[in-house]
Amino acid sequence: MKREIPLIITFVAGVAFVLQYFIPHYPFSRFENIFSDWFAIVGAFAIWLGALSLMKLSLLNISKKSHDWPISLVIIICFLSIVIAGAIDGYHGLNNVPATSFRDPGTNFDWLYQNVYTPLSSTMFAILAFFVASASYRAFRARNTAATLLLFSAFFVMIGRVPVGDYLSGWLPERMQLSHWANWLMAFPNTAGQRAVMIGIALGTVSTSLRIMLGIERSHLEG
Amino acid sequence: MKKYYYWFILIALIIVLILLPKPLIVSPTVSTTLTVLLGLALVVVLVLTLRGHMIGRRTVFLFIGMSLTLPFFMNFQMPIKVSPEVQTLFDAMAKLPSGSKVLAAFDYDPPSAPELQPQAEAFMAYAFKHDLKVIIMGLWPQGPQQANMAIAKVLQQPGIRAKNLRYGVDYVNLGFQSGNEFVIQRMGTSFSGMFPRDIYNTDYDKIPLLNGVENFSNIDFVFNLSAGYPGTVEWVQIAVDRYGVKVGAGNTAVQAPSVYPYLSSHKLTGLAGGMSGAAEFEQATKEIGKANTYILSQSFSHMVVIAFIIIGNAALFVSYRKSKQKGA
Repeated sequence: MKREIPLIITFVAGVAFVLQYFIPHYPFSRFENIFSDWFAIVGAFAIWLGALSLMKLSLLNISKKSHDWPISLVIIICFLSIVIAGAIDGYHGLNNVPATSFRDPGTNFDWLYQNVYTPLSSTMFAILAFFVASASYRAFRARNTAATLLLFSAFFVMIGRVPVGDYLSGWLPERMQLSHWANWLMAFPNTAGQRAVMIGIALGTVSTSLRIMLGIERSHLEG
Repeated sequence: MKKYYYWFILIALIIVLILLPKPLIVSPTVSTTLTVLLGLALVVVLVLTLRGHMIGRRTVFLFIGMSLTLPFFMNFQMPIKVSPEVQTLFDAMAKLPSGSKVLAAFDYDPPSAPELQPQAEAFMAYAFKHDLKVIIMGLWPQGPQQANMAIAKVLQQPGIRAKNLRYGVDYVNLGFQSGNEFVIQRMGTSFSGMFPRDIYNTDYDKIPLLNGVENFSNIDFVFNLSAGYPGTVEWVQIAVDRYGVKVGAGNTAVQAPSVYPYLSSHKLTGLAGGMSGAAEFEQATKEIGKANTYILSQSFSHMVVIAFIIIGNAALFVSYRKSKQKGA
């Protein structure tokens, strides 16, 4: 029964989801609301679980003095700082008339968000620009026909999607300008490729879902 | 020591630029001179490569760093042409009569803010100036905070401040809700089911703006700012496909190509993609902001990347020639 009961639950839940999507009327419409509420609740618990798991792992790293343990210490300090700042601001906010939120400009939480979290996370993301440039230098090479096509597509999109493209080709007729080429590449070859990927993913999702619902695929029950 | 000298140059350059009096904008002549010098330096790199001296990645980093920072101090005017996707988005917004209820879904976080925050600010300014009622929500935890930052900024504009906009009457922030696409699905039947209270803990029923707003049928337009999952794809698949609401979007440049199929099938009502989309959106709404400044940096960096692609192919050509000579 250890296997059969989860399989029955999976099948019933899967069928219920399909029915509520294609028959949006009572009683199936109620399923939709119930499932959505459950999903939001499970999602909220997952956030807590993730935060607690991160804390547990970081504390273990510190207690064992494992490799890079000071980073775990930084994680805990940052986590507690923003949680405490948000909790204090939120508590004061509820007592204010009219109520204020911990997210309002000028709060401790907002200060940490704007002056610590935003610059740090933006910096991490901005580093990508350097790596993308370095990768383009190494990877975009006309070794064969496919690579050459990719190279020229990249060239037209990169130059055509910024104003410098129109600045350089502004003297040409409208249909010959670089932005027109970039728009064409995005609207046709890109769309065709994206559609193929989307259809492929959708077919894969349907077949995998059917395999799970029918109990053919059971890897999710292991472990 | 030698291997760090690129970084010393870059850091010294940044420190000098920071210490200079603000706002420092050099004249068009100096801007042109700097651009020509940058171009000549790239030509030198190309010649060195053709002679067989391959450059390291630090040189690429140095050039990218310069191409990103220098344009902030330059005085260049480049034409920004509004693309058909952005024009469609703007036209859909322009058709909304005063008092229309617009749902603004902020599904991004600070790393994507350079591309999406200018769009958010332009959208908010346009909406407030045209008396659109804005309902804010987020499927990403940081989204509502980004919305607050955009609102705080646009409320400082004299024209908008004069309107004395009131929270709860002209705009409302419902905050973040976990559940990804299921949040959108639930909103199709009941907004209050997913957002029983706003970020100030006020009950849904007590917010004047939300009186009569039960589900998507009471919303005139959805503007989604998205940096990934959950985002525009989910809004189209559920809000548009199931509930028939009009959705326009602002996406990061990385995500934009993946939503193009929804544009050509008219499921998505317009798209502002990346920094260029943000600059075009600012042009279309006539709310000129940061994107029109940042786009110059992006233009320069794109040109430098293209130059390095050409240099990389020159290196490939040199290596082919060398291998042929060895074979002969």
